Amino acid sequence: MKNVQGKVFKYGDNVDTDVIIPARYLNTPDANALASHCMEDIDKDFVKLVKPEDIIVAGYNFGCGSSREHAPLAIKTCQVGCVIAKSFARIFYRNAINIGMPILECEEACEKIQLGDEVHVDFKTGVIYDITQDLQWQAEPFPEFIQDIIDKGGLMASLRSRSK
Amino acid sequence: MAMTMTQKILAAHAGLESVKPGQLIMADLDEVLGNDITTPVAINEFKKAGFDSVYDNEKINIVLDHFVPNKDIKAAMQSKACRDFSKKHEIKNFFDVGKMGIEHALLPEQGIVTAGDCIIGADSHTCTYGALGAFSTGVGSTDMAAGMATGKAWFKVPSAIKVNLIGKLQPYVSGKDVILHLIGMIGVDGALYKSLEFSGEGISSLSMDDRLCICNMAIEAGAKNGIFEVDDITIEYLKNRSQREYIIYKADEDAEYEKEITIDLSTLVPTVSYPHLPENTHPANENKIKIDQVVIGSCTNGRMEDMEAAYQILKGKQIASDVRVIIIPATMQIYKECIKRGYTEAFIDAGCVVSTPTCGPCLGGYMGILAENEVCISTTNRNFVGRMGHITSSVYLASPYTAAASALTGYITDPRSIGE
Repeated sequence: MKNVQGKVFKYGDNVDTDVIIPARYLNTPDANALASHCMEDIDKDFVKLVKPEDIIVAGYNFGCGSSREHAPLAIKTCQVGCVIAKSFARIFYRNAINIGMPILECEEACEKIQLGDEVHVDFKTGVIYDITQDLQWQAEPFPEFIQDIIDKGGLMASLRSRSK
Repeated sequence: MAMTMTQKILAAHAGLESVKPGQLIMADLDEVLGNDITTPVAINEFKKAGFDSVYDNEKINIVLDHFVPNKDIKAAMQSKACRDFSKKHEIKNFFDVGKMGIEHALLPEQGIVTAGDCIIGADSHTCTYGALGAFSTGVGSTDMAAGMATGKAWFKVPSAIKVNLIGKLQPYVSGKDVILHLIGMIGVDGALYKSLEFSGEGISSLSMDDRLCICNMAIEAGAKNGIFEVDDITIEYLKNRSQREYIIYKADEDAEYEKEITIDLSTLVPTVSYPHLPENTHPANENKIKIDQVVIGSCTNGRMEDMEAAYQILKGKQIASDVRVIIIPATMQIYKECIKRGYTEAFIDAGCVVSTPTCGPCLGGYMGILAENEVCISTTNRNFVGRMGHITSSVYLASPYTAAASALTGYITDPRSIGE
């Protein structure tokens, strides 16, 4: 998995999939259309400001609620490099892996990292480095088979490569 | 090794003697489910991966329920994608307008899901079927695509919380109050990644509709699944309904639980979850909160007993003058039964509208979207910011009794004050 480095967007606990991508936009599976409304109900400026490899940092239970894969898909299509949260809702966690959207759990990092910090993430080692504050934390890196799914671009791509 | 109900079902479907929490397994699926929002994404994934046939066209369920009859052109295109795919792959359980119902009311009603099953659905409320003694969990569209292609899914074996129910519910208190109370106790991530296993002498007083409602909202506590021990009530429900042989899995007496919670059903009162999280629970009689709209329906509370509860409160009465009341029976069978029993007429006479089955307003799709600052009491499952419409609107979650009682007064009302 390729390491990422970017600016931090910071949110609180229980960021639900209804605010990540409101249901009123679920009348299309088009990733770009979904991405254009990403986070709109809690952060109107997110879509305008987000740049490739930027990082979302949040509290507990990120992605709770609906199973809509449209939520991680919208975030991935905004080219977010990684979501770091204190914990993830389980369906979001699964969906993120299945579509190849990198995520990490790390309570301490999410406590300390501030909005706008420049942060570097090494997925192989699980090291999260806050360049702005010169602080570093250790997250549990993904096991290899999960890294492999994300590397191949998601579960279906990895199934295809296994069946070949 | 001693196992919980969930662990036993997972072990059996993975072809293993036993499993332990945290273990990654590949399990065979009895049913795979998707709806008109999640299936189109799954179809894209299925095609992108180069699959041209499904694993088993009798084990796939595609139910058009979120935005049907279609609310707009884009929604119609999504339904069409599901319809075309179902036709091409001869999907046996494809439910279109006229045959459909809200998926989690429909599949148990039709006997498609049964005790001992291992089921995934691309809808978070797939956990509903745990009421039948099945392992059933919500997943995303990619998992659905992989499930349709291979008949399998990967799982991390969950640990469990045991919910020991004792006592008996008081009149006008229902399954909805039980699950709201539990979520209020443990929080929206109180069962994160875990199973909620319901057992104890109290379950014998809970109907199947109560149990379906309770398991339906297990996800609102973050749970991977909710599951009830199979008893005579389950067997009575499955008899003459289940399309396959059911298998009963009982937890080992020495199965390990992370936590045990005991709830005395007789102490529960009508409960309401205030905005904007299901864990913000309060007794229904705590505050006089003015409402603009009432919704009675959804995969949580659109079943026959929910309609009965609403009827019991609303029959021969008039709803408050400045309130809109939307009643949505969850399946065509329930819709028809409401007509046969005279409920539909009573609802209309009381000033309500009655819709054909749809998820509609629950997720802010259509059929009851809220304007700026409007307040709704709803029997649905989520009260997140903007869930039913404008981001300044608010949703209070409650049982059909409480919602119907509130419809009569125009503010959030304890149904016991109306019913007696």
